[in-house]
Amino acid sequence: MSDAIIRIEGLRKAYANGVEALKGVDLDIRKGEIFALLGPNGAGKTTLINIVCGIVTATGGEVQVDGRNWLHDFRRVRTRIGLVPQELTTDAFESVWATVSFSRGLFGKPRNDQKVEEILKRLTLWDKRKSEMRELSGGMKRRVMIAKALAHEPDILFLDEPTAGVDVELRRDMWELVRKLRADGTTIILTTHYIEEAEEMADRVGVIRKGELVALGDKKALMAQMGQRTLKITLDEAIAEIPAGLAEWGLALEDEGHTLCYRFDSHAEHTGIPQLMRRLDELHVGYKDLATHQSSLEDIFVSLVHEERAA
Amino acid sequence: MNFQGVKSIYRFEMARWGRTLWQSLVTPVITTSLYFLVFGSAIGSRMSDMAGIPFGSFIVPGLILLSVLTQAIMNASFGIFFPRFTGTIYEILSAPLSPLETVTAYVGAAATKAVILALVTLATATLFVDVWIAHPLLMLIFLIVISIGFCLLGFAIGIWAKNFEQLQVIPLLVVTPLTFLGGVFYSVGSIAEPWRTVTLLNPVLYLVAGYRWTFFGVSDVPLWSSLAVMAASILIPFAAIVWIFRTGYRLKS
Repeated sequence: MSDAIIRIEGLRKAYANGVEALKGVDLDIRKGEIFALLGPNGAGKTTLINIVCGIVTATGGEVQVDGRNWLHDFRRVRTRIGLVPQELTTDAFESVWATVSFSRGLFGKPRNDQKVEEILKRLTLWDKRKSEMRELSGGMKRRVMIAKALAHEPDILFLDEPTAGVDVELRRDMWELVRKLRADGTTIILTTHYIEEAEEMADRVGVIRKGELVALGDKKALMAQMGQRTLKITLDEAIAEIPAGLAEWGLALEDEGHTLCYRFDSHAEHTGIPQLMRRLDELHVGYKDLATHQSSLEDIFVSLVHEERAA
Repeated sequence: MNFQGVKSIYRFEMARWGRTLWQSLVTPVITTSLYFLVFGSAIGSRMSDMAGIPFGSFIVPGLILLSVLTQAIMNASFGIFFPRFTGTIYEILSAPLSPLETVTAYVGAAATKAVILALVTLATATLFVDVWIAHPLLMLIFLIVISIGFCLLGFAIGIWAKNFEQLQVIPLLVVTPLTFLGGVFYSVGSIAEPWRTVTLLNPVLYLVAGYRWTFFGVSDVPLWSSLAVMAASILIPFAAIVWIFRTGYRLKS
């Protein structure tokens, strides 16, 4: 892929305790996109991010950032990357202004009070600039973590569970901020447990499971490709059990016998819906409403995780 | 070179020191001053000269080093241990800093604190006892070199330590006893065998003796041996730190 800003090839990580956190992950991140990495706890999401950012040592494989090897050319690579870690790790006695300015200098940028002010205002932290970190709420600390990551003006931003433990309002604010950053040209890679978050923001989605990338693609395409639709048939009268004549469709009975649910693949040549309708008429099962529902990313995610458990 | 990055860590560490000045500067100066007061002013006049130097003056270089060695280790070890403890180390590891730049920043800050502490302690000593410096430039160079060596050791300890207790073990249970028994209060020539030979096995003795030479021009041991121990005090912890960064020991998983 020619527009890959990050190219991950055969990335492996085995920890000293024998746990194989990554088993040869190949992944391209496109310039300017919002990429969501989904996966259950311990799937390898944070390990992957930490390897790219230089915090964890890879056992094998390679990462290239805009064509540059992330180890050989670490200075140029790291200057372009900002990281917001999952944990709220801060220096309790530092002021907001000092800690954000510190991050800017750490990444090699000269002092620029105007830039720091702009970042703090953008994250609605300006009023708190003189406050010590220990005085801030969890949500405010999360904002400071983002401000620190943006302080050196990176064009690639890793957000590891950015909205974990924040309230709904702040989550919406963060989504808005992420969209603005993307609009400014920043490439964003986020891991999240909130499928809603990936569904809301991501252009592309990857699902990682036990150190392997098991699904990858455009969010809408992935949903269309892997998603199933469900036909919900609201009956005229409740039934106690599904008639034997409908067994071949594998229906489920919901809503205390008022609704029949039929899962089907919308891309299949034969969905089986016309036949089902005819059979309902033949069996004199009356219905008053029909509705279809597209599987969400959450449904896909759950089904992938269930596949793993079944395997 | 990421000069801005080195400067940021250095300034951060110095600012942290500034916030805890009572603990990191005033307290050790007062503690050392008590030695000058008791062993120098109060009972020093009743003590016989050591190597031809009045006792109160004789103990000054050693007491300065006692304070410098423990504070150098504590400052440097805490500087790197605290980010590991709080988790903010992620930012250091993900920054465009080479291992050498990281060490330079932390050790540079810790060594600056140690040298300032030594100079303040020396100035305080002059209030209680007579002090003269035969080789002022060498006194400063020796002080800086010794401070850097023990700051490197402290940095390695800060990475090795898993908790605050381990952080204190080496400065309090190893360095302090070795310094006390390293000729701070006595000349090696004044003690009998076999303790004389045992004392000569103590590497801190060579540092104290060499540093005292810069003050009074006399030493219990040949100057080259003091220089050799000084070099070793830098090279050994530096080699350990190189190994730490190469392997990622307790820094990177």
